[in-house]
Amino acid sequence: MEEVQKLKKEDKNRPRKSKQTVERVVIRLAGDSGDGMQLAGLKFTSASVMLGNDVSTFPDYPAEIRAPQGTLAGVSGFQIHFSSTEIYTPGDRLDTLVAMNPAALKVNIVDLKPNGILICDKDSFTPRTLAKAGYASNPLEDNSLHNYRLFSVNITKLNKETVSKIKGMTGKQINLTRNFFALGLISWLYDRPLHTTIKWIKSKFKNRPNIVEANTNTLKAGYYFGETNEFLAIQYSVPKATMEPGLYRYISGTQALALGLATAAHLAKKELFFGAYPITPASDILHELVRLRGYGIKTFQAEDEIAAIGSIIGAAFGGSIGVTGTSGPGLALMSEALGLAVITELPIVLINVQRAGPSTGMPTKPEQSDLLQVLFGRNGESPLPVLAPQSPGDCFDLSIEAVRMAIKYMTPVVLLSDAYLANNIDPWKIPNLDNKSPIEVFHPKKSVESGNDRFTPYTRNEHLSRPYVLPGTKGLEHRIGGLEKEKITGDVSYDPLNHEEMVNLREQKIAGIVKDLPLQEINGPTEGDVLVLSWGSTHGAAHTASENLRKEGLSVANTNLRFINPLPSNLGDILGSFTRILLPEMNKGQLHLIIQARYSVRAKSMTKVQGKPFHVDEIEKEIRKLIAGINHD
Amino acid sequence: MTNEENTLTPSSVLSPKDFDSGFDVRWCPGCGDYAILANLKRVLPTLGIPKEKFVVVSGIGCSSRFPYYLDTYGMHTIHGRAPTIATGLKCSRPDLSVWVVTGDGDGLSIGGNHLMHAIRRNVDIKILLFNNQIYGLTKGQYSPTTKQSKRTKSSPTGSIDYPVNPISWALGAEATFIARTIFQYPDHMQQVLRRAAEHRGVSFVEIYQNCVIFNDGAFRYATDKEMRYDNIFELEHGNPMKFGRDQEKGIFLHGLTPKVINYKQAGFDETDLLHHDENAQESTLAFFLSRMRYPEFPEPIGIFRAIQKPTYNDLLDNQMEEAKQAVTKPLQEIINGEENWTVT
Ligand code: SF4
Repeated sequence: MEEVQKLKKEDKNRPRKSKQTVERVVIRLAGDSGDGMQLAGLKFTSASVMLGNDVSTFPDYPAEIRAPQGTLAGVSGFQIHFSSTEIYTPGDRLDTLVAMNPAALKVNIVDLKPNGILICDKDSFTPRTLAKAGYASNPLEDNSLHNYRLFSVNITKLNKETVSKIKGMTGKQINLTRNFFALGLISWLYDRPLHTTIKWIKSKFKNRPNIVEANTNTLKAGYYFGETNEFLAIQYSVPKATMEPGLYRYISGTQALALGLATAAHLAKKELFFGAYPITPASDILHELVRLRGYGIKTFQAEDEIAAIGSIIGAAFGGSIGVTGTSGPGLALMSEALGLAVITELPIVLINVQRAGPSTGMPTKPEQSDLLQVLFGRNGESPLPVLAPQSPGDCFDLSIEAVRMAIKYMTPVVLLSDAYLANNIDPWKIPNLDNKSPIEVFHPKKSVESGNDRFTPYTRNEHLSRPYVLPGTKGLEHRIGGLEKEKITGDVSYDPLNHEEMVNLREQKIAGIVKDLPLQEINGPTEGDVLVLSWGSTHGAAHTASENLRKEGLSVANTNLRFINPLPSNLGDILGSFTRILLPEMNKGQLHLIIQARYSVRAKSMTKVQGKPFHVDEIEKEIRKLIAGINHD
Repeated sequence: MTNEENTLTPSSVLSPKDFDSGFDVRWCPGCGDYAILANLKRVLPTLGIPKEKFVVVSGIGCSSRFPYYLDTYGMHTIHGRAPTIATGLKCSRPDLSVWVVTGDGDGLSIGGNHLMHAIRRNVDIKILLFNNQIYGLTKGQYSPTTKQSKRTKSSPTGSIDYPVNPISWALGAEATFIARTIFQYPDHMQQVLRRAAEHRGVSFVEIYQNCVIFNDGAFRYATDKEMRYDNIFELEHGNPMKFGRDQEKGIFLHGLTPKVINYKQAGFDETDLLHHDENAQESTLAFFLSRMRYPEFPEPIGIFRAIQKPTYNDLLDNQMEEAKQAVTKPLQEIINGEENWTVT
């Protein structure tokens, strides 16, 4: 505390610094994976959210669990975009970068804007750490960073001075609080209050007073250091955003999926059976759901992905809501059983959190390259609905819709998320469960009129769905399976015309879901030069790019697909109302292939497969090019 | 999910005919599967379980056609995956009596992993593995239980695969109930099936089954009237292990290996013979017995092991119940989260 008092006292003698208001800021905290950057980032996010900013964040951590310390592979970062206006992405270029070691600097400096603020922990730039990061000379001293506003701060030393006096602090514990010194410093820089973080520290370490004291003191020390130190001349503030009134929280795509599934169970008044096999980046869904067991979610960790999907097919046959979560390689293993769910017409939901492929690819990095696999990656004609949430909050809504659709249409449904959506954390207006319509489920019993007639499990209703009869129902004993079915009795049938009819029926059933889908909406004019057609998580960048250019007076609109099979009924009309279509996606043009085949429009494919989401300016550039081309024609 | 109206009343006593689905059975004439179907149909009505509570799940193969021929609920799934589906079903609906019908190819080759894990979890399902030591449905390739050097369609110069021993294998996965029976032993099979059904936990039953088309006579040593006495002995809990036409031969423990002696001639009495203990917690004896293979030894049939261990589905339900008890907030509050704020 002494240190803090001293800093405070010194502060009184200094002139007030100037304050500048900015609309939006992007910062990234980067360090070694053991440096606590994720935590510091989350706390900065909380404080921003409490201030009323619109926020979008993206954590980026190493694929290896324990990557060697100080190496490029071990760098962990947390990016925060906070704004006084509505935002849809974690931001492209950084206004400020905090680098806790040379490796963090090396990995992240490419994203810092020219003249951006660069804060480095001077003490951790030692010959050893510089060598590990592959620096021949110290960048803090060799003028190589002259394009940036560099602030070399003795973070390690100042932190140590602040906390080493606290009783019972080991050397290791002292080093672990460096992140909060850095957090304090940028909290001052961006005028964020400390109290939300202090409150959190107190409750998190309630039985360890010395840890509470250490973290609180260093947080404050960092803050006062910013306030008193001469070279940080300007403090920035980002005013409150105007947001729709209501109760908010922040949420990641993964959390939203888990809560959405729990809500689906609640709305259907049914147990939800979640069977999964650990795989990055989908395992977190299982971790979240295990904690929701009390809300009727039975979780099962299977021996592999094949067993995971098998278990949910069994559970669905038994009457539970069967759901699994996986990623690309796991999806590949599940293909055969997905086909079984198609032919047995059992309701299951498969959540595929896409990551960069092929094969193991880049497990922690996002891509949208499993689209064709979920649409066509099964033997035989086996159509199924495909949904793609566009934001973390949308993961909540679409997981409920996926369950609703699966049950109503007696079909497997695939929900295509990705590694970016899973980890992206956005503010979310909390829905009121009372306003959600229940999920109707009907399990027939044997009717008196049916007498001794044999039950026919493939008789269809007006939606072409077959009856969802549960084992245990007296008098309706029946068998289902992977062999082709006679269209009414469900008996095994090799009749050529019956097979063709069944293939068509299954196709029509899925196509018929279109009547339940909301009409596709457009942001911007309903006709014009360029329409940006995006899907899933590409929404944020596409939407922002189109908005920015509209403000410049360009004739641009955008629309984002959340339902990919079937496609919304008015999509063709929308596409036909624009001269050019731009279709950005994180793959080599998979949706583009579908759109070109379905609609006679000129769509320009824009692809990015770097394991990174699109930057807004990349899409802007492409739109400008298209418009220039139109004017040229 | 319990359903009041489904409880069995004395007036609804079932018979084998009630389990007849009315489908034409499509196995080859003379196939060993017919006998197994007939015996299971005799056992199921006697278990005191309403017919609609049975679910038979199978994979792919000749044996896996089974569900179609029983008028219960059933699912004919995909190759090797029946244990996974049965696991999900039993965990979701513990009130059901869930049976898995599989074969040596389905269960031990493509589905080996799933079978192992269903067994080690002790899910309360009944697994019947029809072992005919051949692939029947795909027309005669060697299977994981085919004897080495056997000539088959895919091994014209003799199989070089070392076969798996299903009972040793199930013991390795810590099955709580393990038995073996033979398609031509109706009484024995019914007795074993009944015990398997009554066991709480996973039941693994290997059934020797003759494929008349692709591996005829594979078990002649066990079914032939003249040969069976010398090649098969029945395990009975607490009783000495003896066999032969006049029950004159006995099994002795010689170091760590079995030894067959005509004990009557050698002047021993029954108490000197190895006695069976199906309840032994350690699987040592059961494993020892599983290693006795024809032609070196007579092969044991009957119950190798029957021990009690909490089932996976019970443990899961206990945890679910505890989690439900621990709930203090409605779902809405969970959705609201710990940190939230109001925008006005
Ligand atoms: S091929 Fe063999 S196992 Fe299959 S039905 Fe014919 S006899 Fe039976």
